[in-house]
Amino acid sequence: MKPARFDATILTLCFAFLYIPIIILVVYSFNASRLVTVWGGFSLHWYQVMWSNEGLMDAAWVTARVGVLSATLGTVLGTLAALTLVRFPRFPGRIAFTGMVYAPLVMPEVITGLSMLLLFVAMNIDRGFWTVTIAHTTFTMCYVAIVVQSRLLTFDRSLEEAAQDLGCPPVRTFFTITLPLILPAIVSGWMLAFTLSLDDLVIASFTTGPGATTLPIKIYSQVRLGVTPEINAICTILIGLVTLGVIATSITTKRAELRRIRDEHDAIRGT
Amino acid sequence: MAETGASSQTNPLRWLVVAVPYLWLFLFFAAPFFIIFKISLADTAIAMPPYAPTFDGFGTIGDFFAQLDFENYQFLTEDPLYINAYLSSLRIAFISTLLLLLIGYPMALAMARARATIRPTLMMMVILPFWTSFLIRVYAWIGILKPEGLLTLLFQAIGVLGPDEQVNIFRTDYAVFIGIVYSYLPFMVLPLYAALEKMDGTLLEAASDLGCPPWKAFWKITFPLSLPGVIAGALICFIPITGEFVIPDLLGGAETLMIGKTLWTEFFGNRDWPLASAVAVLLLLALVVPIVIFQNQQKKVG
Repeated sequence: MKPARFDATILTLCFAFLYIPIIILVVYSFNASRLVTVWGGFSLHWYQVMWSNEGLMDAAWVTARVGVLSATLGTVLGTLAALTLVRFPRFPGRIAFTGMVYAPLVMPEVITGLSMLLLFVAMNIDRGFWTVTIAHTTFTMCYVAIVVQSRLLTFDRSLEEAAQDLGCPPVRTFFTITLPLILPAIVSGWMLAFTLSLDDLVIASFTTGPGATTLPIKIYSQVRLGVTPEINAICTILIGLVTLGVIATSITTKRAELRRIRDEHDAIRGT
Repeated sequence: MAETGASSQTNPLRWLVVAVPYLWLFLFFAAPFFIIFKISLADTAIAMPPYAPTFDGFGTIGDFFAQLDFENYQFLTEDPLYINAYLSSLRIAFISTLLLLLIGYPMALAMARARATIRPTLMMMVILPFWTSFLIRVYAWIGILKPEGLLTLLFQAIGVLGPDEQVNIFRTDYAVFIGIVYSYLPFMVLPLYAALEKMDGTLLEAASDLGCPPWKAFWKITFPLSLPGVIAGALICFIPITGEFVIPDLLGGAETLMIGKTLWTEFFGNRDWPLASAVAVLLLLALVVPIVIFQNQQKKVG
């Protein structure tokens, strides 16, 4: 077999492996039949069932609030952490700091979840909405830090230096020069943080309390009872939202990138 | 990276940039590990029941040390269930990582060899499933692997199985391997692709000009150069898989022993918090070496 054809075969097989289960899941959410594997015709019945399931809708609302709040907090903290990693080459405890940023990325969730729960209990904090939000902020900020860090590493410092040479104070330089330039990375960091929060079952299960059941916890408890097309319906909606979000951000970042390149060209030609 | 000027370094506000994330991570990520270690030494009897936080904090720390023993750890080493769960987790993580490398490497190589114009699209296609919920992706496999599921229907339709036969891999280790490989494939492919993509193609041309056959050029040039990607991908997969809970719980059977599942059962099922903490401490100890290697690797990249 020619290398090119071999590569095409590999890619087709692997992408089929990655996508077919998700496609099947989406298709069967429109199934009229109650049985998950028997096709009974197209129907939106399960979306209506899902919509009238109050427990599920409450959980979706909790998840959305936790997601927005923790992603926002995580983005602020993660951006600060990225600035620390890139712009502060020496300070006491830097090695420990780097460790604390990278470790949550690979730490098994059961350990992170259990340890946070024990902290909240030791601090006598009632578990619920806020504890889940804090837990999610803590692990998502590390992902944001990695995303923003990679942008900062390729950042052209001469723009900041120019501003400071012209008398711009450091804080203002950050907000008028640095922040707009790293904004695309911050936006994708936020998106990633939001999705991770939306996705998390294990850490949320440990740190949640009465009245703060998130969607993954709800879905998990229903899945344990059995597979129903209603779960397929809610999963399809989540997949749709995430896909739209990812496509939208990739288009906006690409546009911003193109505009930046054009501006730089214009600036060079202008001089 | 050099600092811009001495004036900006002396600004005390600047240190807030360091202090805020530092304190946050210390309080919510590092400090809990001390607590987990402390609770793991506690007796089951003095542990608080879940949902009733009667634990009286650090005031009783003196009493705590008075009755210090390693009972939970002793229990863990005496009961073969836990030792088997540890060994089984490491075995499953090791085999899964190998499978991921076997599938992920050709895929990453094919992506890196594709035309430059379609590479971003391929990359996007690898990342997209990663954005989809983990739980949803595992759930999708239940409908496929169930005895009366779609795989059985497919095999019956193409004649591999008779009309009365069924695929019996749901709730076995095989289903767990499928679920793990499926869920972690993007994590393996991306570091491999990053390493392979920046490789200098002229090296292979030179080898071929000098009469080196393609398979030999692969082993002598491509594979050694992609080794950082192989190590990064293997660690990013191996470490979390060892503590995996969702996949063995939803796809595995009663005989599928994994330490993440054991910890979950001790905590939520048996409500034995000290024992669950001891399980967590031992799992963490088992993963310290790979985590440190991972961090050194990341620092080199970063």
